[in-house]
Amino acid sequence: MSAIQPNLDSQEDIVETMATPKLRISWQGAFSTVMYFLMYLPILVLTVYSFNESPYSAGWKGFTWRWYGQLFGDTRILTALRTSLAVALLAVGLSAVLGTMMSVGLSRYKFRGKKLYLGMSYLPTIVPDIAMAVATLVFLAALAIPLSLWTIIAAHVVFCLAYIAIVVSTRLADLDPHLEEAALDLGATPVQSFFKVLLPQLAPGILSGCLLAFVLSLDDFLISSFTAGSGATTLPMEIFSRIRTGVKPDVNALSVLLILFSGAIAFAGEYVRYRNQAKKAG
Amino acid sequence: MTQTAPPPNTPGSLDSVPNAAKKHWVGPWALLGPPGLWLVLLLVLPTLVIFELSLVPGIRPGDLVNPSGLDNYTQIFESVYLRVMLRSLLFAIGTTVVSLVLGFPVAYWIALMSPKRWRNLLLVAFILPLWTSSLLRSYAWISILRPTGVLNSFLGIFNLPALDILNQSPAVLVGMSYSFLPYMVLILYSSLEKLDLKLLEAAADLGATPIQSFWKITVPQSFQGIAAGSLLVFIISLGDFINPELLGGASSMTVSRLIYNQFLGPTQNWGFGSSLSMIMIFAVSAAVALLIRYGNTSSGKV
Repeated sequence: MSAIQPNLDSQEDIVETMATPKLRISWQGAFSTVMYFLMYLPILVLTVYSFNESPYSAGWKGFTWRWYGQLFGDTRILTALRTSLAVALLAVGLSAVLGTMMSVGLSRYKFRGKKLYLGMSYLPTIVPDIAMAVATLVFLAALAIPLSLWTIIAAHVVFCLAYIAIVVSTRLADLDPHLEEAALDLGATPVQSFFKVLLPQLAPGILSGCLLAFVLSLDDFLISSFTAGSGATTLPMEIFSRIRTGVKPDVNALSVLLILFSGAIAFAGEYVRYRNQAKKAG
Repeated sequence: MTQTAPPPNTPGSLDSVPNAAKKHWVGPWALLGPPGLWLVLLLVLPTLVIFELSLVPGIRPGDLVNPSGLDNYTQIFESVYLRVMLRSLLFAIGTTVVSLVLGFPVAYWIALMSPKRWRNLLLVAFILPLWTSSLLRSYAWISILRPTGVLNSFLGIFNLPALDILNQSPAVLVGMSYSFLPYMVLILYSSLEKLDLKLLEAAADLGATPIQSFWKITVPQSFQGIAAGSLLVFIISLGDFINPELLGGASSMTVSRLIYNQFLGPTQNWGFGSSLSMIMIFAVSAAVALLIRYGNTSSGKV
């Protein structure tokens, strides 16, 4: 955190000390504390119940690891997890390439219809999931393409590439455009300057875009349900079919593990972003 | 997915062409062609197809498509479906208001009042739950809100009457507000962060009460953030399926759930489902257009 301190505007600093007298507890602070507690309450509740001996009652009936053990013997969950990971990894891998191409292309070229193209690139982030899911299903049915793991991946690439393009674009906006020109002036081919100059600078942006897309892909329920057919079941689909009928103790245990996992990814993502900012400021 | 192979211009041809004019023809296609094609094939064309399908009454998988009218759209005006649309709209508006009221003080505190060196960390801590599964966060509220759940155990300690809100509309509102509050805080934060504190200070010097300076300075100065955050939360809640489905029970049918049922439920009607999807896309587009317009005019004024 200290890396961005030198950036402090001294005037702002003075105002700040006036706005926050050291020993006063503001109602905003107290309120925020309550809200922080509420944000984590559901996660806390899931964690506590995942160790509760009693499967359905709300009361505490003793500590157990049983639900976690049950989980690791549950082949349907494990298969669904493998499917989800395969979808996310393949979709994100492909989207990283397509999304980066898109944002570089948009930042570099002016052409007729650019506004239209730009608008289209934002569509997947604006159109509700349910509408995208419906459209994809109907389209695939119209072309008589059988639903499978591959149709899920193709549909996930649509939103993954859009999010990656947005994240990479914000990174691109901060770059020095002259570096690439300098490389070209010094005799590098456009392809060389792309891979040796531009890409290394974009790498942190691509990485944090990929982490975001990875989490979104793992989290997606609607688009997967509509494009999966009967062949493949992703983890959110499996979880959904179980919790529709109420609380399940093994799903509690699974939730805790997944939340820890995505927490780790979130940490990595924020760390990458923070490193970028610190570098920019320092 | 071979149809998405890059257009005929190979990157190699770039090297041999020194003149800039030609480079400008090859480059855009090589870079923008493949991702653009992907979006056209899997998003734009499909949307056009459901638009066509929405004009076909009573279609089921395997039927021949033969657009014949607006029956699917007139069906929406039956009172059952009007009520469903109204309910979706109210959920979305309610969630937006709740998130704004709860999110503003939090964003304000993080952006302006918390210790400066902790601000990034505090913001990240608040939006961290967004990274976890939305399905599971919604599911967690079942354990809290059910009749024998955490909320009622807590109320029981104080001898307060138990609340039975699971499978009712309030539970949906709770779940949605919880799920989308971080977006609101994130956007309000980035807007409040830029607030000119000297203005607040000057107002205080000139005798304005904190409430006056809040309405006359803080709110107008952060208006763009408020508009953007509100519209974002509105759009997301309008399309939300998971919270109404898991927490709302049979009584809170929303447009998303209705669409889902037209395709994956027991009573399939693809044409009707498509017209509902089109309505949703139009509603969201209207909200976005509003955002773009408002964003521009307010930036002109400030």
